[in-house]
Amino acid sequence: MPGALIVVTLIVSGCGGGSGTGAKAVTVKGSDTMVILGQRWAETYMGEHPGTRIQVTGGGSGTGIAALINGGTDICEASRPMKDREKEQVRSRHGKDVKEIPVALDGVAVYINESSPIQSLSEPQIKGIYTGKITNWRDLGGKDQKIVAYSRENNSGTYVFFKEHVLGNEDFAREIQTLPGTAAVANAVAKDPASIGYGGIAYATGIRAIAVKRDENSEAVHPSLETVRNGQYPLSRSLFFYTIGEPDGEVKAFVDWVLGPEGQKICEAVGYYPLVRK
Amino acid sequence: MTVVRLPRAGFAGSLSDRLASIVIRGSAFLAILSLVLIFIFIGKEALPILTSQEVQKEASLSTLFFPQPAKPGARPQYMWQPVSEVPKYSVLPLFVSTLKVTVIAVFFAIPLAVAAALYTAEFAHPWVREVVKPAIELLAGIPSVVIGFFCLMVLAGWLQQVFGWTYRLNAVTAGLGLSLAVIPIVYTVAEDAFSSVPQTFREGSLAMGASSWQTAWRVVLPAAMPGVLAACVLGFGRAIGETMIVLMASGNAAILSLSPVDSIRTFSATIAAELGEVVVGSAHYHVLFFLGAALFVLTFLLNLFGHWWVGRLQKKLQGAS
Repeated sequence: MPGALIVVTLIVSGCGGGSGTGAKAVTVKGSDTMVILGQRWAETYMGEHPGTRIQVTGGGSGTGIAALINGGTDICEASRPMKDREKEQVRSRHGKDVKEIPVALDGVAVYINESSPIQSLSEPQIKGIYTGKITNWRDLGGKDQKIVAYSRENNSGTYVFFKEHVLGNEDFAREIQTLPGTAAVANAVAKDPASIGYGGIAYATGIRAIAVKRDENSEAVHPSLETVRNGQYPLSRSLFFYTIGEPDGEVKAFVDWVLGPEGQKICEAVGYYPLVRK
Repeated sequence: MTVVRLPRAGFAGSLSDRLASIVIRGSAFLAILSLVLIFIFIGKEALPILTSQEVQKEASLSTLFFPQPAKPGARPQYMWQPVSEVPKYSVLPLFVSTLKVTVIAVFFAIPLAVAAALYTAEFAHPWVREVVKPAIELLAGIPSVVIGFFCLMVLAGWLQQVFGWTYRLNAVTAGLGLSLAVIPIVYTVAEDAFSSVPQTFREGSLAMGASSWQTAWRVVLPAAMPGVLAACVLGFGRAIGETMIVLMASGNAAILSLSPVDSIRTFSATIAAELGEVVVGSAHYHVLFFLGAALFVLTFLLNLFGHWWVGRLQKKLQGAS
């Protein structure tokens, strides 16, 4: 995953004093999408557990996975599932199976202006719009109007998710306008009847999150907590922690806390979906 | 203009005088020093584009200035796609965008600001002047993010309704927003220039039977021309480097076109949007610094040219009087 990489290092030692002298820091490395989430988890956790140090860095899911394989990190954050080949590498290097722990859910909504007659779009259609192959709403069953498509800036995790999942890593068309922040995109879509945008599932007025079909023949699914959780909504994904073998000691304590009510509440606060509580 | 000859610092008597002069001279040099250091830093970070083989694989001068195919075999195009399988860094769309929005901003701002300055300096009743001058100068105090937000939320919608443009956020919308930021600067400097034209010029002109309009247009304006030009250069410099307004109101699509109603992506907005989260030391990082250096050089050349022009005009005026 080139570009748009956040490399933020967060080292907050316990409470000043002489803490952390003997204790080894728990390192968390990986997905840029999850860096902010990881930091918030770490900050809150360290606030509650003085003496534990958790160090969160980004670099991309690939970087995190590579670090896990090389033994450079305790926990790898990834916004995509690890490939079998990568799991095999961990097994051969460390003699243990990799442990996959889903920690949060993420969904991207596609929205259009309230006045638009469009009810649903398929993923190939959305891809067509953003790669510049479809330029008029007429081709999608709407009015004869040029499509004005808004995107996030290329430093955003949502941009990367959209590019990977919807565009299949193709480039955005040059005419796609980029705006800083989901709020700006939502506002622009609300103001412009011929527009389309994407972002977190925001509740702004004047815009409507459309139902998305995986392809032409499948059922259109509205984004909601329910459909993101059960995986029906196509533009959703799980966010993972990976560890080598079962986590233990401080790593286990942190992972358990993340999966607990407090950790999951932070998920929601940062803008992701909490996991289903079993 | 009156020239006051100050005694040279070296001859100043008391110790406190000498100390004050050292402090003042020191702060002047500090300003220059920090400017030079900033340029050295930017230049150093931009340099790998010319020197580092690693960086040149992704971005070299030829890929910055010449079109590149999106995929092997595709038609070469000017594209800005830094986050891609094959990153593409074409400077040309950004350069054209930057010039386009600056010219639009200046096109609206300079006539308005100079006319307003001429009005307040020459025609306005003193109490009108007391109200108008601070009011315009207050415009300069509005943070540019607020102007940008206004453009995004309000102005863009109005303009689209009136003119029916396809894209709400385009060079004209951003240019109008920018002109709001440029007007107070040009106005203030131009107003000072008009006010400092000696009263005798006006009296002479009026005594010859010229109307007050003829006096303002044919006598005061030419006499104040160096100052007015300096105001324009300052305004141009402000417009070219302004970031927040264009980031919010221009749509930020890197399209190579001369149409003023297409969306644009300027140097400054690109740097602001992308530098925050780029990997330090990557090709993308160095390209962004290259943009910064280009912007710096552009503004510097512009100021140099403005300075030279103002100087030439001043000489001409002095020779004529």
